[in-house]
Amino acid sequence: MSFAVTATLLKMLVWLVVIINVTPVMLWIERRGGGLIQDRPGPNRVGPFGIFQAVADVLKFLFKEDVIPTEVDRPLYLLAPVLALVPPLTAFIVIPFGPAVDVAGHSVSLVVTSAETGVLLLLALSSLGVYALVMAGYSSNNKFSLLGSVRASAQMISYELALTLAIVAVLVPVGTFRLDAVVAAQQGTWLGFLPRWNVFPQIIGFLVFLVAAFAETNRLPFDLPEAESELVAGYHTEYSAMKFALFFMGEYMSMAVLSALAATLYFGGWYLPGIDYTGVWWVVGLKGLVVIVAKMALFLLFFVWVRWSFPRFRFDQLLRLGWKALLPLAVLNLILVAALTVGGWL
Amino acid sequence: MSGVPLYFYLALAAVLFGIGTIGALTRRNGITIFLSIELMLNSVNLTLVTYSRLLAQRAHDLGVALTGQVIVFFVLAVAAAEAAVGLALFIAVYRNRRTVDMNRINLMRW
Amino acid sequence: MIELITFIFFAALALGSGIVVVAHKNPVYSVMSLVLTLFSTAVLFVLLGAPFLAALLVLVYAGAILVLFLFVLMLLNVAAPSTTEERAGVQRVVAVCAGLVFAGLLAVLAWQDPLTRMVRPLSEEYVAIKPLAHLLFSTYLLPFEIVGLLLLAAVVAATVLARKPAPKPREGEQ
Repeated sequence: MSFAVTATLLKMLVWLVVIINVTPVMLWIERRGGGLIQDRPGPNRVGPFGIFQAVADVLKFLFKEDVIPTEVDRPLYLLAPVLALVPPLTAFIVIPFGPAVDVAGHSVSLVVTSAETGVLLLLALSSLGVYALVMAGYSSNNKFSLLGSVRASAQMISYELALTLAIVAVLVPVGTFRLDAVVAAQQGTWLGFLPRWNVFPQIIGFLVFLVAAFAETNRLPFDLPEAESELVAGYHTEYSAMKFALFFMGEYMSMAVLSALAATLYFGGWYLPGIDYTGVWWVVGLKGLVVIVAKMALFLLFFVWVRWSFPRFRFDQLLRLGWKALLPLAVLNLILVAALTVGGWL
Repeated sequence: MSGVPLYFYLALAAVLFGIGTIGALTRRNGITIFLSIELMLNSVNLTLVTYSRLLAQRAHDLGVALTGQVIVFFVLAVAAAEAAVGLALFIAVYRNRRTVDMNRINLMRW
Repeated sequence: MIELITFIFFAALALGSGIVVVAHKNPVYSVMSLVLTLFSTAVLFVLLGAPFLAALLVLVYAGAILVLFLFVLMLLNVAAPSTTEERAGVQRVVAVCAGLVFAGLLAVLAWQDPLTRMVRPLSEEYVAIKPLAHLLFSTYLLPFEIVGLLLLAAVVAATVLARKPAPKPREGEQ
């Protein structure tokens, strides 16, 4: 196997390890964190501080009876949970976790692919996630599932626009779709102490991105399609055991992807001003990976914090917010950034 | 050197176009007819991109060669507009006639 | 070599899912197969050196337009047709013949240019997105703006056409 192929496979393995571990860790943080915010203990029986709760949950999902209702559309019903996992797993290939390092004479840039279309590839793969929702709801042969899936997919495609425009506004000063160029443009500091992150000049864009990220992942306050008290369980009503666990994992992985994207676009990615990124290749790679995973973790904590603090939106309020508030704001942000770039300030 | 002769792409696009035509002329369900038309549009896009690549090999003027890709860009936008209006028409027809079976929607037949 | 294998795999996938689009009884399966066809075509675009168009195809066409198709299908609840009416036999045969003849004519027409049978590697600047964007915003700026207006007209038209008709005023009683 050639060097390039081995390097690409190893980089994919690194990201795979990170993203597979997101679900169990987030499970624990979500439930203990929720308990902390709501002044109750949370799970505390399975191991010290309930750390092994994720293991207990996995065992439960594995041994639960797998019920497939008789009248469902079988091929689509079985395909939907698998399709829910594909977009977040493949979206990580364009997110860099380190600078270009020197491995045994070859220069390897620490991103799985530095394709010309960069972020556009991530957005294209994420837009296929809508089909998992639609297929789950349609094939379940259940009015509540259908309604939940129609609502969830309408919500996803509405907020995809605002998300895309916010991302485009970040790309305008850089001039390319590739995320390693975006990270390289955020290196250095202003006035000696403020990191040159994109969040400071483009705070409106960052807020639009954040709200759209919440809506894209169906998290509170935008989780009407899957709220317990609303539509039974929305599009995954008829799914049990492992298939439900796959939807669950898919949701957490989407959160991880959008957190990584937010960290890369607005907060400097793998770069932190104090750290020295020279040396042996695996030390540099490790430093970069730790920094970006730490930034992802902060965003994921914010996701959990918001979930347990806000009431949820009604569906017409949700759509009104997406189309009438976020989209004009995102366009305004784009015009502002374009004007500043032409003027030479960015 | 290895590679795929561009003729293969053109042949594939021709076959896809033929399949789309057969679908558009044979099916009864209106939405499936619409989907076959979208398949035909897709095959035309493939042909345009192939010829754009051909021009890039023959003429060394990038502006001329990339015209094919620009046309595909516009075809995508027009296909989006057409899909929106066409589906709205289907909804209106369904509301009045309770069916999308093309054999039943025949008020304007002589 | 690897390019040929990739082409053959995704061309076969595109052909297979294209046939399913046209032949399947259930329209929902037709839409899903069209998604697969578009995805295969996007990979073929990448092989031809147009990665931006490939991403755009998946993002716009497969990610938005076909979702619209699915919405309409689910709202109208158009399942497989249950009635079996007369099967218009002659029309079917004529259609198949016409499709085959047309495809054959196109293939023969494409064979005429000897340059299509050769292949030479691409230049880096062809694959880059900047020249395409520059062309779009300089030479083709007017069509770009007109397409924007066209999309606006389509949105207004779709809203008006799909709206529930206004209730007729009741005569007599209040």
